[in-house]
Amino acid sequence: MPRPTLPVPLRLPPLQVTLPPLAAAVMVAAFTGGASAAGVGGASAGDLAWMMASTALVLVMVVGLAFFYGGLVRRKNVLNTMMMSFVALGVVGLTFTAVGYSLAFSPGSALLGGLQHVFLRGLGISPANGLPALLAFAFQATFAMISAALVSGAVVERMRFGAYMLVIALWSVVVYAPLAKWVWGGGFLQQLGALDFAGGTVVHINAGVAALVLALVLGRRRDYGRKAMLPHQVPYTLLGAGLLWFGWFGFNGGSAQAANATAVLAFTNTLLAPAATMVVWALLDMARGGRVTAVGIATGLVVGLVAITPAAGFVGPAAALVIGAVAAFPSYALMLWRARSRLDDALDVFAAHGVAGIVGALLTGLFADPAWGAPVHGSLAQLGVQALAVACAIGYSAVGTLIVATLVGRLLPLRADADAEAQGLDVGMHGEEAYTDGEGALLLPVGRVDPRAPAVAKTARSEA
Amino acid sequence: MKLITAVIRKERLNDVLAALFEASVYGVTVTPVRGHGGEREPVQTYRGMTVKMELVEKVRLDIGVTEPFVQPAVDAILRGARTGEVGDGKIFVVPVDRVVRIRTGETDGAAVTPEVQTG
Repeated sequence: MPRPTLPVPLRLPPLQVTLPPLAAAVMVAAFTGGASAAGVGGASAGDLAWMMASTALVLVMVVGLAFFYGGLVRRKNVLNTMMMSFVALGVVGLTFTAVGYSLAFSPGSALLGGLQHVFLRGLGISPANGLPALLAFAFQATFAMISAALVSGAVVERMRFGAYMLVIALWSVVVYAPLAKWVWGGGFLQQLGALDFAGGTVVHINAGVAALVLALVLGRRRDYGRKAMLPHQVPYTLLGAGLLWFGWFGFNGGSAQAANATAVLAFTNTLLAPAATMVVWALLDMARGGRVTAVGIATGLVVGLVAITPAAGFVGPAAALVIGAVAAFPSYALMLWRARSRLDDALDVFAAHGVAGIVGALLTGLFADPAWGAPVHGSLAQLGVQALAVACAIGYSAVGTLIVATLVGRLLPLRADADAEAQGLDVGMHGEEAYTDGEGALLLPVGRVDPRAPAVAKTARSEA
Repeated sequence: MKLITAVIRKERLNDVLAALFEASVYGVTVTPVRGHGGEREPVQTYRGMTVKMELVEKVRLDIGVTEPFVQPAVDAILRGARTGEVGDGKIFVVPVDRVVRIRTGETDGAAVTPEVQTG
């Protein structure tokens, strides 16, 4: 994504779009507020409009994710689950402003950016040298937000809300920002030539692995594997999946950093790949149970979106369809296995985002096509570079997330207590219910809220 | 006086109500209930999880009637609710000690005789 404004006029057909391999790093400096590189034109009104719209579109993905996840949990936990996505907008919005953006996108070493842009210092709004740095920040901030929100799917129905907020605050700085630096901010993976158009490694593999680690640190829900825990509102999940797709046009299309030919390609591939994944997913559903399921349709399209993310601006439409179709199989298989396992990655974040992110990142190395604007030809050598980037993302995300979770676990209990978990985290964490008609609710005199009053009635038999 | 409690298929409720009204049985309380009556359990699938739904959603009717209305009411429910497949439900007829109509304080037979409002 921080492939900055391409130095090509908008009218050029895709065949002539070429990106000099080293231009990327140079231009990152340009759009993050550094000196303007020679030959980089200003951002057009169209560029500005598209990038502001794209930023808003990525924000809508977080809302979509809240509904996608919210529909999949039990009714007693729907508010808590949706708030885990929403609160990422606030928490990560602040951490990314404070230090995250600077660590990811200001010059520094190949491993970590510097502190020049802490609290947005020095980020300008002039489009004279390409995308205004402040707009580049806003776009990037939404990526950090959605990444943190994605992780929450693994820990729903059992994690304390305060501990969750602290975990994603630290995670966005300690894990997300360095990975973004490596892949997009001119760091060592970018220098090695790893391709990640819109965040296969930084967002999806990272979030998937972090989700897996957090699920393991936290442990299973107390009745996992003993009770059937069914989605309480599948229409929410469909709505959320649709909003995710809608927003993803900004996620991938905006990652061209301009309203240009690459954006057109990424936009169209974002339409095609999920269509292929959805159909393959439906056929797998048919083969397995004789029916196409709604949750399956919703899940399949999200898996397709994840898979095309790293490739969106580097591969042709036919390759996008292939990537989408292929991506269905490993994620589908892993979800079947996971549901029978003792691993309570509750909403299959790793199977959907981790695995499809890996598939997409690797296939980008095979299908990258200079005819469609990729800086290199797909090859086994490029596949190797992609595999290295995948391995680095997995390793760093796993270790970094483990450190963050362990640290927070020392300060605060990570798990909700047994009563809150049994009665639901909506009441247990927030003192609210999603669906209530107020029957049996008596008004208290104004100003008489006792903060120590129990939100959760203590039961004699609290299952340990 | 008898209390007729019937557990029927949800999708037959409208037919049963029509049949009851035809038989001039107007006082009825309808409750959504769930139960198990020996029918085949439907299977549902959510991603990797497959579940057998042991409880089936049904509708329960509670009807208080005087003796002359017992058989017509039972017949009406049979007419409306029967499909011939397992899962059609049950009808229970139980004696009632006392009935009071809250609005008027009328008791027993007078309390279960419907007063159909017109206009």
